[in-house]
Formats: sequence, structure tokens, C-alpha cells
Amino acid sequence: MSELPGDLKYTKEHEWLRQEEDGDVTIGITDHAQSALGDLVYVELPEVGQDVESGGEMAVVESVKAASDVYAPIGGTVTHVNEALSDDPEKINADPYGDGWIVRLKPSGDGDETMDPDAYQAFLDDLDE
Amino acid sequence: MGSQTPLYSCHVGAGARIVDFGGWDMPLHYGSQLEEHHIVRRHAGVFDVSHMTVVDLSGAGAAEFLRRLLANDVARLKEQGKALYSCMLNPDGGIIDDLITYYLAPDRYRMIVNAATRDKDVAWINEQAGSYEVDVAERPELAMIAVQGPEARALAAPLIDDEWRDAALALKPFYALEAGDLFIARTGYTGEDGWEIVMPAARAASIWQQCIDAGIRPCGLGARDTLRLEAGMNLYGTDMDESVSPLEAGLGWTIAWDPEDRDFIGRGPLSEMRANRDRRKFVGLLLESKGVLRNHQRVVVDGKDDGEITSGGFSPTLERSIAMARIPAGDYEHAQVEVRNRLLDVCVVDLPFVRNGKVRIDL
Repeated sequence: MSELPGDLKYTKEHEWLRQEEDGDVTIGITDHAQSALGDLVYVELPEVGQDVESGGEMAVVESVKAASDVYAPIGGTVTHVNEALSDDPEKINADPYGDGWIVRLKPSGDGDETMDPDAYQAFLDDLDE
Repeated sequence: MGSQTPLYSCHVGAGARIVDFGGWDMPLHYGSQLEEHHIVRRHAGVFDVSHMTVVDLSGAGAAEFLRRLLANDVARLKEQGKALYSCMLNPDGGIIDDLITYYLAPDRYRMIVNAATRDKDVAWINEQAGSYEVDVAERPELAMIAVQGPEARALAAPLIDDEWRDAALALKPFYALEAGDLFIARTGYTGEDGWEIVMPAARAASIWQQCIDAGIRPCGLGARDTLRLEAGMNLYGTDMDESVSPLEAGLGWTIAWDPEDRDFIGRGPLSEMRANRDRRKFVGLLLESKGVLRNHQRVVVDGKDDGEITSGGFSPTLERSIAMARIPAGDYEHAQVEVRNRLLDVCVVDLPFVRNGKVRIDL
């Protein structure tokens, strides 16, 4: 199992969040999530400017196996989407914490039930048992 | 925990992701399902298919029994080793299973049936065999692998004993050979050339390793599913079941209507369905945009919304989404599929999508 990046927050839905310097939050799915999904073949992204609610559907990632909703871990307005995923959804498999990022939000302050890397690692360890 | 094949520990050792398939713990992939798919289309892959059920039928009444049991006619098998794909129907014409029967001798046939249907198949076969002079023997002590891909036979040939190698390489498509304790058939479920090899369970791990040492890559059930979907091959329990006749599953070509006096199980209801021009048809769909078609999505044609995708997914060869679907009668070039409350345009195409490494539809 690969090391979890220390500068990120994590959710029970296997998403990660990174606080950017301009106040935005970048969101993607974790290595555990991409590995469980298998090879990704399609990503449905939200529109820039779209408002999302905490816990609402934000994107859809489809692997060879199945389609999975990506729920917004916090509420906010979409400021950027990773357009490169349209042609190369496998970037999520190859680099889930880097080139495989999915969206950037300007947070509305709505919802923030995240875990630090140690807590998420403990959560993953529990799942394996 | 489910049943395990004799190769289970090989899969775990190779880092496979194990999933339940019809009560069996089987490898889904060994890292990347997409890579495994391409390996089979371009080079060679090996699949563990030991979960499938081998049933040997022997006795003076074996042929007569099979001509009653199966919708296809084993009397078509004139040459030793020839294989026949058929449906086994219930009295209503619904599909109990699809299977391959190999003609070994006038009084000996080998049948290979699906894993998930094993119990009901064996029970049904035994029940029907009652009055015939036939012995039905399940062969759980046998393992089975499939080496598939354009280079598969050449790479796997060295693992066959000298005595049998030339004969194995000379097998024509859809023929099999009994080679000592191996049974080698030029058949498969990927749309590529290759062999399916049945062997004693005790030899399975060593033969598997020889395949890998020869440069044949282990491939899981995930790639097997996308390969068979591209090849337009039906999956039992997904594309058809006991509520569906072969006529609505694209398998009309497997029904032997002649001779007319052959009274195979299900023939009466099937004949009535044959006369019904409104029966649903089985087609291929190609998604025109990005996205992925999935099983059970609704298909709309010509204002009628009761079509359904039976198998849908992403085609690694076409880099588009494809599906097999049952749709209302009629000739259509275009249809729509409901995906997450939106209607997406699809082309209606003839199956298969891909065969022997070549794309068979217009993109």
C-alpha cells in the first residue's frame, strides 16, 4: 500500500482534498478508490461555475467495471475541472493525487467532515479486516 | 469464501484481484484489465477457466439423447473431435444454458457447460437421461485453461508432448483432440485464435507456469468479459436466461430445425416463436459520444422504450462504448439509450464488433 500524501485531507468516500493558497480546494479520489474501481475509461465532469452541495453528486467516474458517483465532500462553486481527464481518464489510475485531480471548488463553508492522513489510514486498515 | 480452482494460489501469488464469480473465487485482473485485453488481441493471454464444468456422456444412446437434449443437432458432427455450440432449452423454449459439445467417438461426447449453472445443468441432464442408454459423468477432477490470442498456439505448443504437438497445431477451428491426459480444443471465448486445454488438476499449476514462462500473460475474467463482448459472444445469465429463447438472444443460428421430426426439448414453443414476426431482436449498439453503456439500461427505438441493454461496457479495441441489446422488432440504424436520465444516441450494428484482431463495424 502506497504512502498517503501528508498535506491532504481525506473522506470516508475515498476522496482527497487539498487546500490551495488562493482559498480554493482541489478534490480527487484516493489511490484506494482508483485501485478498487480498476482501469478508468470515462469521467463525467461538472461545469465550471456550477454550485455543488456537500454530499451532492459532483462527478461520475466510470471504470471497465462500473460507474461510480463522486460526491462533493464540501459545498462550493466549481472553479476548474480537469479537462485532461476527458481524453485520458487513466490519469486517475496513474497519478490519483497529482495529474488525476478532478475538480477545484471555491468553498461555501458548507460541510467539512474530513480526516487527516493517519485517521484515513486507520479507516482503510479497518476496511481490510 | 467460494470454491477455488487448482490454480487459485497461482493467481494470489501473481497479485490478482479476486472476485466471486458464480460461487468461485476467480481472478478479475492481475493489475490492469485493459492491458490484459490488448495482450489477447495482439499477442497471447492465458485464462483459468477451471470453474467451468466438464460433463462426459458415453453409451450407445449418447447421440440419441443429445439429439433430444440440445437445440442444435449432434448428428451434424461427422468428424471426430468436431465441436458444436448449442443451447439446452426447457420445455417452454427458454435457455437453461449454452454449451459446447465435442464429438469424441460414436458413443462418447464431452460437454462443457457454465460454472454458475453447474448444479441445475447436471440435475436437468440426469433427469432427462433417464430412459436413454447413456452414462453422465461430471469431471470435477479436471482443470481447464484457455490460451488465446494470435500468438497463443505457437507459444503454447512446446508444452504439449512431442507425440501430440503436430496434431494439436493441425487442429482446425472448432475441433478438439484427445492428447494423452490432455484435451486440446481450438475454441475460445475471446474472438481470437487459441486453444482451450482440459487437464488433470494435478498438472494445472505446472502447465500454467509453462505458459507464463513461454511469454503468455495471465489474464482475468475482466478482460475475458470485454473480449467476449467485442466478439459478440453471449454470456449466460446476462444476455439470456430461462425467460429468453435463442431467437431473442441472437442464437437462432444454433437451432437445427432440420430434420423436422427431431423432437428436441422446447421445439414446439420455439416453432411458434419463430413464426412470430414481432419478437424482439438482438443487436449490437455503438455509443456515438463519450460515456459507457451498462447492463440493464433502457433502449429507445422509434418511440418504443422497452428495449434493454443486456451487456454493455467499454470496448478497449474501439475505444468507444459498445453493448448488446434486445430491442423491439424492426429495422433500425439508430436508437437512444437512457444513461443517468439523459438519452444518448447509439448506432445499431450487426455483431460482432471485433473478430481476430479486426474491427468489423463502421466507426
